[in-house]
Amino acid sequence: MSTISRPGRWVSDHLILIIGLLVLAYTFVPIAVVVLMSFNAPEARLTYQFDGFTWHNWANPCEPEGMCDAVVVSIEIGLLATLGATILGTLMAFALVRHRFTGRSTTNLVIFLPMATPEIVMGSSLLALFVGTGFSGDLGFWTILIAHIMFCLSFVVVTVKARLAGLDSRLEQAAMDLYANEWQTFWRVTFPLVFPGILGAALLAFSLSFDDFIITNLNAGNEVTFPMFVWGSAQRDIPMQINVIGTAMFLISVLIVLAASLRGRRGARAVA
Amino acid sequence: MSVGQVASELEHEPEPDPAEVEEPEGGRRYTGYLLIIPGLVWLGLFFLVPFYSLVATSLYDPAGTVFSGYEMTWEWSNYTTAITDNWEPLLRSFVYGGLATFFCLLLGYPLAYAIAFKAGRWKNLMLVLVIAPFFTSFLIRTISWQLILADNGFVVETLQWLHILGEDGRLLNTPFAVVTGLTYNFLPFMVLPLYASLERIDHRLIEAASDLYASPIRGFAKVTLPLSMPGVVAGTLLTFIPAAGDFINAELLGRPSDSMIGNVIQGYFGGGNNYPDAAALSLVLMALILVMVIVYVRRAGTEDLV
Amino acid sequence: MTTADAAAAAPESTAAPESSRDLRMESLTKTFGTFVAVRDLDLTVPRGSFFALLGPSGCGKTTTLRMVAGLEQPTNGHVYLGDDDVTDVRPYKRPVNTVFQNYALFPHLTIFDNVAFGLRRRGRKNVREEVVEMLDLVELGSQTNKKPSQLSGGQQQRVALARALINEPEVLLLDEPLGALDLKLRRQMQIELKRIQLEVGLTFVHVTHDQEEAMTMADTIAVMNSGVIEQMGPPSELYENPATTFVANFLGQSNLIRGEVVGSNGTELRVDVHGSKIGVSRERARVQEGPVWVGVRPEKVYIAAAGEEDSAEANKVAGGTITDTSFIGVSTQYLVKMPWGEELTVFEQNTGARTVFGPGTSVDLHWSRPHTFVLDAEQDATAGVETVDDAP
Repeated sequence: MSTISRPGRWVSDHLILIIGLLVLAYTFVPIAVVVLMSFNAPEARLTYQFDGFTWHNWANPCEPEGMCDAVVVSIEIGLLATLGATILGTLMAFALVRHRFTGRSTTNLVIFLPMATPEIVMGSSLLALFVGTGFSGDLGFWTILIAHIMFCLSFVVVTVKARLAGLDSRLEQAAMDLYANEWQTFWRVTFPLVFPGILGAALLAFSLSFDDFIITNLNAGNEVTFPMFVWGSAQRDIPMQINVIGTAMFLISVLIVLAASLRGRRGARAVA
Repeated sequence: MSVGQVASELEHEPEPDPAEVEEPEGGRRYTGYLLIIPGLVWLGLFFLVPFYSLVATSLYDPAGTVFSGYEMTWEWSNYTTAITDNWEPLLRSFVYGGLATFFCLLLGYPLAYAIAFKAGRWKNLMLVLVIAPFFTSFLIRTISWQLILADNGFVVETLQWLHILGEDGRLLNTPFAVVTGLTYNFLPFMVLPLYASLERIDHRLIEAASDLYASPIRGFAKVTLPLSMPGVVAGTLLTFIPAAGDFINAELLGRPSDSMIGNVIQGYFGGGNNYPDAAALSLVLMALILVMVIVYVRRAGTEDLV
Repeated sequence: MTTADAAAAAPESTAAPESSRDLRMESLTKTFGTFVAVRDLDLTVPRGSFFALLGPSGCGKTTTLRMVAGLEQPTNGHVYLGDDDVTDVRPYKRPVNTVFQNYALFPHLTIFDNVAFGLRRRGRKNVREEVVEMLDLVELGSQTNKKPSQLSGGQQQRVALARALINEPEVLLLDEPLGALDLKLRRQMQIELKRIQLEVGLTFVHVTHDQEEAMTMADTIAVMNSGVIEQMGPPSELYENPATTFVANFLGQSNLIRGEVVGSNGTELRVDVHGSKIGVSRERARVQEGPVWVGVRPEKVYIAAAGEEDSAEANKVAGGTITDTSFIGVSTQYLVKMPWGEELTVFEQNTGARTVFGPGTSVDLHWSRPHTFVLDAEQDATAGVETVDDAP
């Protein structure tokens, strides 16, 4: 052991960390590209490379026809899907953690399967359902929404369940011991403590919904969401404003995470 | 943790889990069902039932179209034609998916290990960084790889200069690009379960190994690695399954000859208008994947899935 | 407040509040599947007393407490407050509050809101004054706006106590509240709790596995084992005159020697113990004939060199050999192997007046008759003794 030189020793101690950081850097390269390209002034059509710097894209984000409409559609669907999936999923999480019912393993399996099924298969089967039941002409906003709530549900259940399972049930017993009935106990103790999990689940659901392409594309009919717009333009001519939206998405997410962690840190400034 | 705390934790009488034992009286007995049913119904209607539709569609006469309607002719031959026509993309899906999963494991394990054991107070930050790429659109990130791997781009030029790549060598529109894209996009699916598994390992076990004369490498091989296997299995499944079914990477980063099964299915549904064959292919893909999931569930049980 | 003050004040509790009633459990039973946690318990806790429920882990004491609080439904039996049957009353309707073992402080509320919780749920609006007063009582007046995670273990424990006390319950239940504190702090809190109980006059039911703690704090102790109460009474009575081998071994230590009752004369029994004759008063013998356990506490035994003269009144077993001498500071502990193979324990206080015997010395053991107690030989002589294997 002592034959390793000091710099060598430093490397071997930190080797894993170095590798880890390298991998992390690697994951950020494409994002850097996205940010970079949002400032790109393309010289020619049909080639995707950095030609020159410009503020134009940021100044005129809605220039490409139909893009901002698509973004609005994605946001609308995202909000509604988040609402639906969060409510249904939270109820399920409570049932799984706090209540008895027969068929637990089947339920667990049914919740797990959507997370393990390839999107192409889920999209195909939903399309088959809609076609088979005669709704092939009605594909659009509502069919997309139905699909989104479906695949977001499982993720909400997992997230809320994790938070709920970590909640000491003795806290609720203490509340009842202190004259709070079931309703008061839920709203004053259980809910505030589970809420961060529910919020996290909602954010997760929104990002899954906003970014979904494969399932959406198969069930969208004439409706166009933002990922569908990007796909379409990737076949033709990619407007740089796509990268503006992409960068904006990234920044907003970073801000949300920062806000969450700051709030968390402020609430628990522990004394050693 | 003081000795008193540890001792008292051991002393405390085990409280039976109310969900297991206590028989709630009256209306509370049914609360569980009330809560679980709405979500279960939704999943049942829009996840399970569609499979039935999918099976039905796969047996339609492929001669029809969406507009004129399909005729149910119990066309089992759809399956055989689908497989014989498309065994190449099917094989490629499993190969590319497998390669991507392998590289995800190769890159992801050290990363997960670093976060679990070496990160200290940076742990949470690093975890956020792992999923940060997901903060922007999947499609846009993949398009970025077109730039990174472009023929006149930095990466290719450097590799040519190092003579790793030939003069006409390219990265984009090759299987290499497709696998690279898949690896990149599904890395977090491997890292997070791995991290969760590694994090749960009691550090004292590793210390005990070293106390018993194991070198760091042997300690890893004999203690850490086996204990992290649940995470490896989970991560592998969660990476391989979506990777094998993906078509976006193949479409954006590969040539038509690199197409995966997802491309074919998408094509059948879209321009090809061949719903029955598309359905049959989807089911074949699903069946193959289901086999793997069942094997996993048999070994690990369902409580840890969700 | 010194231990002397507390001890002097201990025996009489101040008058309980007008409204408080006796707590009574009748045939209380709780089974979990096939496991019987509490078996047919009959118990009365007089109002205003400091009552300890003492027993090893798994004996059912916490389950009993939870049934009194309403957090657990009895399988059978009843809980009464005075004449009122509260068995089926929901916990939030009972005038009973609990101090939980891990405190169960609401992590998302400040100390102030934690303590005010019970008052507010009962509809009280202006609680500031009372809360501050209560926090001052437990010496946390300066921490009102902190969250539980920002406090030390000892501080959290006091918040838990304040949170329960402020509601002036008829019965205050304490579930091993001092378990997580280190030794010094625990000693301090034992005296504190006793003082507070005397000051407010409420009925305290304290559940613990620590026999020293129970004896320090309680007016009455009930020793519980496997769902039943083995003996109940004031600490000194349980200690000096145990009713079962379990109590004899669980409270302190006991020497239990096999014997046979061979005769009696009015108030006294004569017992043959491996050849020696032992006298014991009938009142201290739980069984009056046949095979018995003769018991004596180690600190009551006088260890003497073999053959030394003794008083005719004393009981004596002779022919022992010291196998171990341990210096414990306050006392010296001897292990003495007797001719019949049993190893007896002797504690001798280090007053300095006597020399210490070394291992190998032949000794006789004397003790005065009133210190003897006799138990049923059917009982297991190792019951209540905690060994290494017992620890979970």
